[in-house]
Amino acid sequence: MKKLTKIATVIIAASAILVGCGKSNSSSSSSSASSKAVSGKITIVGSTALQPLVEKAAENFQADNSKVSITVQGGGSGTGLSQVQSGAVTIGNSDIFAQQSDGITASKLKDNQVAVVGMAPVVNKDVGVTNLTMKQLREIFTGKITNWKEVGGKDQSIVLINRAEGSGTRATFETNVMNGETAAKSQEQDSNGTVQKMVAETPGAISYLAFSYVTSSVQALSLDGVKPTDANVTTNKWKIWSYEHMYTKGTPNTATKAFLDYMKSDKVQKSLVKELGYISISKMKVQKDANNKVTDVK
Amino acid sequence: MIVKQWVINGGELSENSFGSLPSFGGEVILMDPIKDKIQSTSRETRQDIIGKVLSYSCISLIVIVVLSIFAFVATKGLATFVVNKASLGDFLFGTNWNPSATDKAGNPLLGALPMITGSFGVTIIAVIFAAPFAIGTALYMTEVASKRGEKLLQSVIELLVGIPSVVYGFIGLSVVVPFVRTHFGGSGYGILSGAFVLFVMVLPTVTSMTVDSLRAVPRYYKEASLALGATKWQTIYKVLLRSATSGILTAIIFGMARAFGEALAVQMVIGNASIMPKSLLAPASTLTSVLTMGIGNTVMGTVGNNALWSLALMLLLMSLVFNIIVRFIGRKGRM
Repeated sequence: MKKLTKIATVIIAASAILVGCGKSNSSSSSSSASSKAVSGKITIVGSTALQPLVEKAAENFQADNSKVSITVQGGGSGTGLSQVQSGAVTIGNSDIFAQQSDGITASKLKDNQVAVVGMAPVVNKDVGVTNLTMKQLREIFTGKITNWKEVGGKDQSIVLINRAEGSGTRATFETNVMNGETAAKSQEQDSNGTVQKMVAETPGAISYLAFSYVTSSVQALSLDGVKPTDANVTTNKWKIWSYEHMYTKGTPNTATKAFLDYMKSDKVQKSLVKELGYISISKMKVQKDANNKVTDVK
Repeated sequence: MIVKQWVINGGELSENSFGSLPSFGGEVILMDPIKDKIQSTSRETRQDIIGKVLSYSCISLIVIVVLSIFAFVATKGLATFVVNKASLGDFLFGTNWNPSATDKAGNPLLGALPMITGSFGVTIIAVIFAAPFAIGTALYMTEVASKRGEKLLQSVIELLVGIPSVVYGFIGLSVVVPFVRTHFGGSGYGILSGAFVLFVMVLPTVTSMTVDSLRAVPRYYKEASLALGATKWQTIYKVLLRSATSGILTAIIFGMARAFGEALAVQMVIGNASIMPKSLLAPASTLTSVLTMGIGNTVMGTVGNNALWSLALMLLLMSLVFNIIVRFIGRKGRM
């Protein structure tokens, strides 16, 4: 008898907890679904590279539209894409095209490109190299060139620092530089900040960074004589760049649409985007598709 | 008699027995409040019930959470082998980790041995460094130091526990890595740097648990030893340490469990190269570092993602193993 009552209590308590959870879930989802006009809840998850821009923009947007509540979280491009595909979040941020990601049905998602990021190879200041050819860079990352003197620098062995497998930055670098070849296995780091610090402090180090993280503590390299500048990215003279995407599933509701329009508006593009080190989408004179084919903007 | 029957049998029977006693009408009226009092639950009983419900619901919540975490990690982790058809042998002993690529036979390249080696490497070296320091500090605190010195050390150790691991990692990146680079060679990133950082991180855990086990040695052991004419050192070495052995071992295993599961600090100094470490100075990776780096970049349900869950399952099983070892030592020590 006693045991039975114990078990019963446990079951009742557990089911009460579970029912409680279920209830709160369903009520919140129904409230967000019923939102009309510019009010409602927007959940944004994904790319950490895009996170600061979206956070700032969301803050400003909410100041003007007090009825909209926006949550912005990191988690990585893969998380963003899979969460928006499963419908768990409203917007999934990604550094890469959905087509490039394994396990994502790109046709179900709607792409919104909100900014452009340029990336530059960076080296430790003491290696004595400021310019490489694309071929040399590729050979360094495939492990064929292992000493800086082979490319006109000091007699110092090269320390490769790659980005995390599957990260947006690495995907962009590999599609634009590696030409289908596999990078040599090497150290990996997953954040721009850590890579910057490591390259600055490790003799002989080479890696690549988003433009906004290229500071005077590291040496950015020119490729085939082209300097990594915003102006060169807009004309595709500098080839290593990618879009920042904000994916929605199907047609977005009004609040989400309003926010996405705000992201693309001059208010964000002309001030925030530049301030935070991205390149405005409206300045681009060329465009890229998911297969990395570049065409002129009409 | 009748009252006794109420207590045992409850309301139904007692009504019957009253119905059969009409002649004692007065007494029946008198008995009613007593009947109410006995049959209704008192405040204390209700408190009892509320307490029981509360504690059982807390327990059940914890049990449900633990079980569902285990079930979740297990289903995800096993999917690599069941859904993606990777072989367990290749996973445990293969050295090529590249979940996005496949070998000639079409199987994903999921050799986790480099990470397993890395994890055990940093853990074991860190504990080998930490154990003598921890035991020394603990002996000083329990046997040598004055009350004030003991309190000071105690708060130093508590402070070490409170420092977040990202801070340890950052110190590792700015101090330990250059130190290893200039004094040992290599790029500075590798198992040795990871072990140095973990050494500081597990030291407080091992020390405070060793202190507890030394304090648990009965006072009369020490007194008897000293009374027999043994010196302080002899007493410590022959009596105190011997009788606290199981406690000290438990402390070391707990330190290992902590080191094995640490992610962030190690990730910042170990270099994260998923290749078989050829020396302590070459970049390597651990189960946790690969996990934290990759999980945000993979899509749920893909091979890459499932492979990471397999690593997570492995970590979970290892912590289970550490727990079992601790239990085992505890049981042996009691005998």
